[in-house]
Amino acid sequence: MLAFILRRIASAAGVMLTVAFLAFLIFRFVGDPVDMMLNEQATQEQRDALRERLGLNDSFLIQYGKFVARAAHGDFGISFRNQQDVSTLIGERFPATLELVLVATALSLIIGIPLGVITAIYRRSVLAETVQFASIVGVSLPSFALGIFLILLFSVKLGWLPAFGRGETVDIGFWSTGLLTSSGRRALILPSITLALFQITLVLRLVRAEMLETLRTDFIKFARARGLPNWIIYFRHGLRNCLMPVITITGMQIGNLIAFALITETVFQWPGMGMLFIQAVTFVDIPVMAAYLVIVSFIFVALNTVVDLLYGFVDPRLRAKGAMGASHAAA
Amino acid sequence: MRPLKSTLFAAAAALLLAAPASAATLKWGAPRDIASLDPYSFGETFTLSVLNHVYEGLVRYDANLKIEPALAERWEIVEPTVWRFHLRKGVKFHNGADFTSDDVIASLKRVSHDTSPLKGNLPAYKDSRKVDDYTVDIVLNAPYPLLLNDLTNIFIFDKDWLVTNNAELPTDSAKGVEGYPTHNANGTGPFKVESRRPDAKTVFVENKNWWDKKKHNIDRIELIPIASAPTRVAALLSGEINFTNVAPLQDLARLEQAEGVKVLQTTELRTVFFALNMRDKLFESDIKDRNPFKDKRVREALYYAINIDQMQKRAMRGLSRNTGAIVAPAIPGYSADMEPRLAFDADKAKKLLADAGYPNGFEFSFVCSTDSYTNEEELCQAAVSMWSRAGLKPQLSSGPRTIQNPKRVRGDFDVTTLGWANEPMIDAYSLLVQVLHSKTGTAGVFNWGGWGNATIDDLTDKSASELDQAKRIAMMNQALKIARDDVMFIPLHQQPMAWAARTDVTNIVQLSDNKARHWLTTMK
Repeated sequence: MLAFILRRIASAAGVMLTVAFLAFLIFRFVGDPVDMMLNEQATQEQRDALRERLGLNDSFLIQYGKFVARAAHGDFGISFRNQQDVSTLIGERFPATLELVLVATALSLIIGIPLGVITAIYRRSVLAETVQFASIVGVSLPSFALGIFLILLFSVKLGWLPAFGRGETVDIGFWSTGLLTSSGRRALILPSITLALFQITLVLRLVRAEMLETLRTDFIKFARARGLPNWIIYFRHGLRNCLMPVITITGMQIGNLIAFALITETVFQWPGMGMLFIQAVTFVDIPVMAAYLVIVSFIFVALNTVVDLLYGFVDPRLRAKGAMGASHAAA
Repeated sequence: MRPLKSTLFAAAAALLLAAPASAATLKWGAPRDIASLDPYSFGETFTLSVLNHVYEGLVRYDANLKIEPALAERWEIVEPTVWRFHLRKGVKFHNGADFTSDDVIASLKRVSHDTSPLKGNLPAYKDSRKVDDYTVDIVLNAPYPLLLNDLTNIFIFDKDWLVTNNAELPTDSAKGVEGYPTHNANGTGPFKVESRRPDAKTVFVENKNWWDKKKHNIDRIELIPIASAPTRVAALLSGEINFTNVAPLQDLARLEQAEGVKVLQTTELRTVFFALNMRDKLFESDIKDRNPFKDKRVREALYYAINIDQMQKRAMRGLSRNTGAIVAPAIPGYSADMEPRLAFDADKAKKLLADAGYPNGFEFSFVCSTDSYTNEEELCQAAVSMWSRAGLKPQLSSGPRTIQNPKRVRGDFDVTTLGWANEPMIDAYSLLVQVLHSKTGTAGVFNWGGWGNATIDDLTDKSASELDQAKRIAMMNQALKIARDDVMFIPLHQQPMAWAARTDVTNIVQLSDNKARHWLTTMK
């Protein structure tokens, strides 16, 4: 177990180093931050001096080396645009994004799993067909369009929910949460639905496919022959055997959602990491971009590890063999 | 920094109190957040214009963009290079400290330090000396007529506050250490900072001890960045914000029809024009051995081929102000006789090209971005089709400003868009020295294509030390006319700007510098 975790930490470090390397390789092509930092009145001399002081004239290997050396001490520098500590900046935004992503994930499971089971059991009914059809719409609807539509309906037309922002937040230590105030909870509704829709349809289709598969297997037939009530067959025996890929996909998707919440965040002015990253790209804020990419890659690796650990709890066979980190090719 | 308010109890209390406290709250939805609370942190007009509610300069622009006293009551030129400022007495900073000449000197030192991003806004500054507690001499490195213009944007800090918080020097992004003024503010202005959450909300409350006669009736300003334009419009329609300083042009019609919303639309100081590569060869062309743009007839052909009315209608939704000048009317140096354009004439364009020896046109690279200027992409596409009709073969390259601007700076273009607002000094000298002047010394930073000539350089340099305002403006006017007569650029228009507010905001002053001045705003 310890060896497994150590191996994982080593591979996480490797991934982060590689991501940072690629990032610095690309940064030469993202534009000139100095052009953004100084206004039109600055002289060429001032521009050159700033470029030199920021180390932008160094080769990318040197810039990369300096970044890694400082990052190893937990120092990501300060943002070119905000002049704020990059780690604080990201730390401040992370709770907003994570809260949004977790609520969206919860929504997708709470709605997606039962719908998946139902559409599998009653797969020829009108209801199941309708849900199936709606899920195709859900997969193909771009999230910014959905977000704007929800804003127009619930904020402008009906005036029920806020169009943007997080509402009032409460600080608990370094963590800021919107879950403890009513305005914070209300502000969560539209963005989390927007972010969750794709995820709901994904879970739904996955559960449905797995259920159909499972319901055809012999042990379900035996269960029926034993005269077990239907709900036990479906939910205890059937559904449980479908959960493995759902866990995998959900775990992986949390990383994706964190990384790609930026569209939802932009539409709803959600002060999360995605907004921060978009802004960093706009202003060529290299310290923020570099730190963001490294941290997101770390989150991906961490989630992978957690998913692998969870496998052991769900599937006793893996636990018995001690084969943690078994491939999740099922995904 | 976390605002103190956001503890559990305070948040609950705030919810209870929220309803009556919203008497005159201006909820200002902006397309992006301010960069920092430190006005010397990032050379951005928008950030400065917001922080002007908290910090003030020695002088400021009035409602007609004329300079008027602010923290300085009066001033005189004691020697050509020494200006004496008499400071206003009885002014207090938000923390209660008195405003004196030490504060002015500390602020000037901070802004003109080598690591200050705003150093370029005070180019002539050499030193400052204390005469007494309320008198300061500013020493310049040469006679310089635009000191007051520059000082409108140099905001004054409290010296003791800077010293206590170890912030006498500007925050240096290269050093990577945060500065105290990034998160805290202590100015003399009409509003105080109450709390700030970057990208979410910055709250300003009225400074009840402001020295000036109060014209506004606002208790509280909440600056709420909303980057997505449709969301910003929705928030205005639903009443979640009651003012925005950028109303998207494509939504103006809708906003005007909406109940409870009004649109304030005009054109800004920024004039947009096409600039040409004037070096010996074109950057990307089928003509390798020479530069056709050196022939005035070719430049005229490019000009005649532009159907500006159509461009205005198609690309700018009819909201821009077409012009034949490269500075806006409000800019000293402008004169009305610069206004007429070379009227659109496609046949004449073709004929001029043929006369110049290019009956079949030629290829050239056309570098545009999508976000430097209003509707820039549409603008450039319109130009491409107009030039193509005249027989030219423009090769359009378009992309985000961060990618395209380095190409412009390197001179990797034959034609490019260029817009100049002449801010913050609001004087044609800005355009002349930064754009038209040849790249010599500190001048001509934006002379990307090697345009200009010796007479323009000479007039610009002379105007820089001419203290007689009338003579100085005549020189700038002459320089601009030389550029115009030589068709050095192809002027297009002043870009449109649009604000929108809900009707409970009864009066807003909107000037062509596109800065909101809410100390002049009244609400119902």
